[in-house]
Amino acid sequence: MMDQARAAAHMADAMVAVELQTEDMTLNIGPQHPSTHGVFRLVAKVDGERVTSVTPVLGYMHRGYEKLCEVRTYPQVTTIVNRIDWLSGYANEIPFVLGAEKLLGVEAPPRAQYIRTILSEMARISTFLVFIGGFGIELGALTPIFHTFRDRERILDLIESVTGGRFHPNFNRVGGTKDDLPAGFIDETRSALDVVLRLCDDVEMLLFGNDIFQQRTMGIGVIPLEKGLEFGVSGANIRASGSTADVRRDQPYLVYDELDFDVVTDTRGDCYARAWCRLEEIRQSCRIIFQCVDKLPSGPVMAKVPRIIQIPPGEIYSRGENPLGEMGYYIVSRGGRIPYRVKIRTASFSNVSVLPWLLQDAFVPDLIAILGSLYFILGDVDR
Amino acid sequence: MDWVALLIKILVIAVLVPVSAMITGFAFLKILAHMQSRLGPMEAGRFHGWAQLLADGLKFIQKEDIIPTNADRWVFALAPGVVLMSVVLVFITIPFSPVLEVVNLDSQIFVFLAVSSIGAIGVLMAGWSSANKYSLIGGFRAAGQLIAYELPLVLAVVGVVMQAGTMSLQGIVSAQSQFELFGTGIVVPYFVPQILGFVIFIVACQAELAQAPFDMPFAESELVSGFATEYSGFRYLFFFMAEFASNFALAAIAATLFLGGYWIPFVSPEMLKYIGPFVLAVKIALLVFIFLWLRSTYPRLREDQLQRFAWMYLIPLSLVNIALTGVFKVVTV
Repeated sequence: MMDQARAAAHMADAMVAVELQTEDMTLNIGPQHPSTHGVFRLVAKVDGERVTSVTPVLGYMHRGYEKLCEVRTYPQVTTIVNRIDWLSGYANEIPFVLGAEKLLGVEAPPRAQYIRTILSEMARISTFLVFIGGFGIELGALTPIFHTFRDRERILDLIESVTGGRFHPNFNRVGGTKDDLPAGFIDETRSALDVVLRLCDDVEMLLFGNDIFQQRTMGIGVIPLEKGLEFGVSGANIRASGSTADVRRDQPYLVYDELDFDVVTDTRGDCYARAWCRLEEIRQSCRIIFQCVDKLPSGPVMAKVPRIIQIPPGEIYSRGENPLGEMGYYIVSRGGRIPYRVKIRTASFSNVSVLPWLLQDAFVPDLIAILGSLYFILGDVDR
Repeated sequence: MDWVALLIKILVIAVLVPVSAMITGFAFLKILAHMQSRLGPMEAGRFHGWAQLLADGLKFIQKEDIIPTNADRWVFALAPGVVLMSVVLVFITIPFSPVLEVVNLDSQIFVFLAVSSIGAIGVLMAGWSSANKYSLIGGFRAAGQLIAYELPLVLAVVGVVMQAGTMSLQGIVSAQSQFELFGTGIVVPYFVPQILGFVIFIVACQAELAQAPFDMPFAESELVSGFATEYSGFRYLFFFMAEFASNFALAAIAATLFLGGYWIPFVSPEMLKYIGPFVLAVKIALLVFIFLWLRSTYPRLREDQLQRFAWMYLIPLSLVNIALTGVFKVVTV
């Protein structure tokens, strides 16, 4: 009797469910949408506010950089690769230049190595400050971005004072750097980094400590370590899931083996952990730069290289820990002034590949939070 | 001659709505700018860009009135008017001084609650008729939110009505001018005994106004511009104006209910007739500042978190507030 009643109730429920079943709506997020950081497009099937499936559509920004690299001399390539991840242009040059130097068999003098380290870490700080501000905007907090941009300006001014460019420095040469540091750079760096560290404290207290921020990010968009590794996620995204992979420590390049810094990891793997890792990495970058300016050796900034750079035949995979994750260049040379083939491995491309899996059954507002926390740059997705 | 007086009143309100929207809008631009360590508009009108919103308004009026092909033309065209009309009706209920008011009804607070909900219909109309998925989601979010937060708003008002023993706003103001805290002779407005109700009212207002942390109906990072996505030109201006004017109007009602409205201590009722509007303006400015402060401080809640917050915290709390008010009333009488 009871069973019958229960069965009848169940039937009624099922019938209501069938009756209430509605068609899924296809929501095109992007290519023109405020939260996709450029022309990224997601075709999402949504049932009310719940995303049932999502397909990222890439390629709106494909600029054919790999092909362009094949018709440029080695010193000219840095101009192109600068524009891959445009928020940390300087860091993009490093793996390529290091690869080319290794093929050529020269090494930049120590002072140049230190300058390169300082500038790469500055690029990391500036791009993560953009991340924190932008992530706030995505969660509806309008204020942090103005504060992070204000202090990022100090860092960009420093980069500009050395290289002459804010985003696209093009400052590396095969065998060293274009110039030495300008006068007053070191004092200015110290005071700018103090400002950044103070901002980090403010952000940690006011944004990361905010209840609503925590509710919106904690436990949202969890990437388990194995899944992340399967999809080739790298950088702070995978370190937030418990990995300790960091090219700077695992395969030290530049002068990272002489410096003392922590690899920031977290085990939660959610949006909050990813954002927190980046905040903490800003602090580590400041630590690295402080050490660099203390240890900065004197000497030339350019090694002895021929006037016209011709690289002997060979091939190399050169990688570096860029702000967005692992970036690598596979350079093939058949001799001569231009590379035969350059394959660019960018972090964002692999990072967004996790999206269809990650966004299943997310809410639309969570979708935006997850997109923001993965932190990809469109130029880095489509080279 | 009654109709002449009514006509003048209507004209005054018709001017007051856009003017208050402009003042609040300008406060919004400047206060937010300073909280975000920037200057805000500085050019238009020379002095600190005071004419910025005038210029913006003119720009909107010049723009083409675009109605999407698939839109439901009539509903689409009417929706901003409905939203703005709701705000105008709210203005009608505000008492500016003992004599300066449009209507004086025995159940004026009831009228306020009724007309302030009309806006929800306009928002839903805009979301539905735009034939845009973002607008649709925004419209539904707004409707759900307005329904959920209407309840704590009403319940917070019930506490005040019980305390004052009247539903007339004039009556509530004069009740506050005679309210003594525990018979000590210190006259305080209702935000002291009704502090819980005051906080609930402010939070619910923030949600009614769809401002952060409750700005999901707009949610520019998710829904582009929510239910107003497809609007342009003067229809968009209507939404814009309604947003800031309702900021002003709700602050005025909150000031009347909890801060004593146009009344201040140590001033004779005769004087209040003249300085009442200015007293009310100061109180409104204070509350608008609080609204904007909250807006610039908080991130956005998610839709389900918003509903949970309303149903699990605000509504039970406002019921507790009503019970406490009842006990308080019985004990002190």
